[in-house]
Amino acid sequence: MTKVSITVDGVLHESEVEPRTLLVHYLREQIGKVGTVVGCDTSSCGACTILLDGRSAKSCSVLAVQADGSSVTTIEGLAGEEWHPVQAAFKECHGLQCGYCTPGMVMSAVDLLGENPNPTEAEIREGLEGNLCRCTGYHNIVKSVALAAQNMKGGK
Amino acid sequence: MIPSTFDYVRPKSVDEAIAALTAGGEDSKVITGGQSMLPLLRLRMAAPSVLVDCARIDEMKGIKDNGDSVTIGAATTHLDVMSSDIVKSHVKLLADATATVADPQVRHRGTFGGALAHGDPAGDLPAVALALDATMEIAGPKGRRQVAAKDFFVDYFTTAVGPDEILVSITIPKLGKGWGTCYEKFNRTANGWAIVGVAAAVKVEGGKIAEARIGLTNCAAVPVRASSVESALTGVAVSATEIEAASQSAADGTRATTDLGADKEYREHLMRVLTARAVSCAAGA
Ligand SMILES: Cc1cc2nc3c(=O)[nH]c(=O)nc-3n(C[C@H](O)[C@H](O)[C@H](O)COP(=O)(O)OP(=O)(O)OC[C@H]3O[C@@H](n4cnc5c(N)ncnc54)[C@H](O)[C@@H]3O)c2cc1C
Ligand code: FES
Ligand code: FES
Repeated sequence: MTKVSITVDGVLHESEVEPRTLLVHYLREQIGKVGTVVGCDTSSCGACTILLDGRSAKSCSVLAVQADGSSVTTIEGLAGEEWHPVQAAFKECHGLQCGYCTPGMVMSAVDLLGENPNPTEAEIREGLEGNLCRCTGYHNIVKSVALAAQNMKGGK
Repeated sequence: MIPSTFDYVRPKSVDEAIAALTAGGEDSKVITGGQSMLPLLRLRMAAPSVLVDCARIDEMKGIKDNGDSVTIGAATTHLDVMSSDIVKSHVKLLADATATVADPQVRHRGTFGGALAHGDPAGDLPAVALALDATMEIAGPKGRRQVAAKDFFVDYFTTAVGPDEILVSITIPKLGKGWGTCYEKFNRTANGWAIVGVAAAVKVEGGKIAEARIGLTNCAAVPVRASSVESALTGVAVSATEIEAASQSAADGTRATTDLGADKEYREHLMRVLTARAVSCAAGA
């Protein structure tokens, strides 16, 4: 077992992990952040996306030991009293159907808007390249991110 | 799936990392970004006894302008490479090709050195390193050595980096005046690997092509230079039709395979079409 200290959604956790523990399993099983999900075995789907030291990463493709000393934001850490504007926009635009891809989509959208607050439709589609959705056909997801961008500029 | 068990060490220097690899024996492995390693571990296609994490070794990170060349630490992430002003102004081909690698999440963690050391024939960056005549610095128990890109890629997923060695940095000569570059990648889906990719650097003088360097992605077990096109292009006018004619030999010397993405004939067709496109774009035709 190896000792790691990882800040998850603002709370510092000192834990013991096996080196082979994936960050996503650490988050779900040791910290209880079950909002972050696993959708594939090939680093392809992005359902497990979190922010690692502020930038998006696939938590199934990082070992917990590699995140030692880092800060993680999961989907569960986004909302304060109210929904995060990206979450609110997904609700408003019906940016989900089954909802399985949603935690990852939202985290990738947050990363994208942090870098580019005013993306074009093409930039939104490219920014979400690492996230697969089997249900929506992506149109409402793209609309949700565009609305979130608009609302975030308004200071909402 | 859950990976099989292994030990994990995170050395602070290249020397410590080499000592850890040596102590770990044959089944010890370097990990940097983990973006190729983690999928292999999860599918249990790799089962190392020890992982030596080189992602936090300072010497292996960052980008330096040496005047006539640029040195990039092997553990520098794709994100840092493609957003570096030094790379964008002096090695634009690398910045452009890196922006086509995978997706944002993978680019935030995956590294330039990892993408080269992995030796994946479908990887975009080996062909770029080859076209730009990059030199790799490799460290091992016997010291350090410099290996030219043309000698670095040995076979399918095999490079000049030995099991007890580490790729430390990559140095790429600047191209200078009159050169233009372009990376053309053909794939079918978002975040898809290249079915074929072409990295072109072209020098134009007085309306004619003075020199061309062309690297091909996924056309053999290793990246290859389209040497016969390079010679055919020398002295040719910067015109789309002449470039297209010179690009007809792009598949010479390649060993394309047939897989789910494309068959050999189609790949060879793509080599000709994409070479013409990349050269035209690089030459401003
Ligand atoms: C969904 C997905 C899509 C992708 N699409 C593309 C794509 O379109 N184009 C593309 O080019 N790549 C693609 N990649 C691969 C990506 O570029 C990886 O980042 C890269 O291949 C490996 O870099 P890494 O730092 O993550 O290496 P790791 O996964 O850490 O290591 C990979 C291999 O290289 C060795 N290694 C790593 N660093 C060193 C070093 N410094 N010295 C010696 N050995 C070392 C390791 O031992 C291991 O064998 C994709 C990956 C994923 C998951
Ligand atoms: S679970 Fe599919 S990319 Fe992480
Ligand atoms: S809403 Fe079902 S996978 Fe995206």
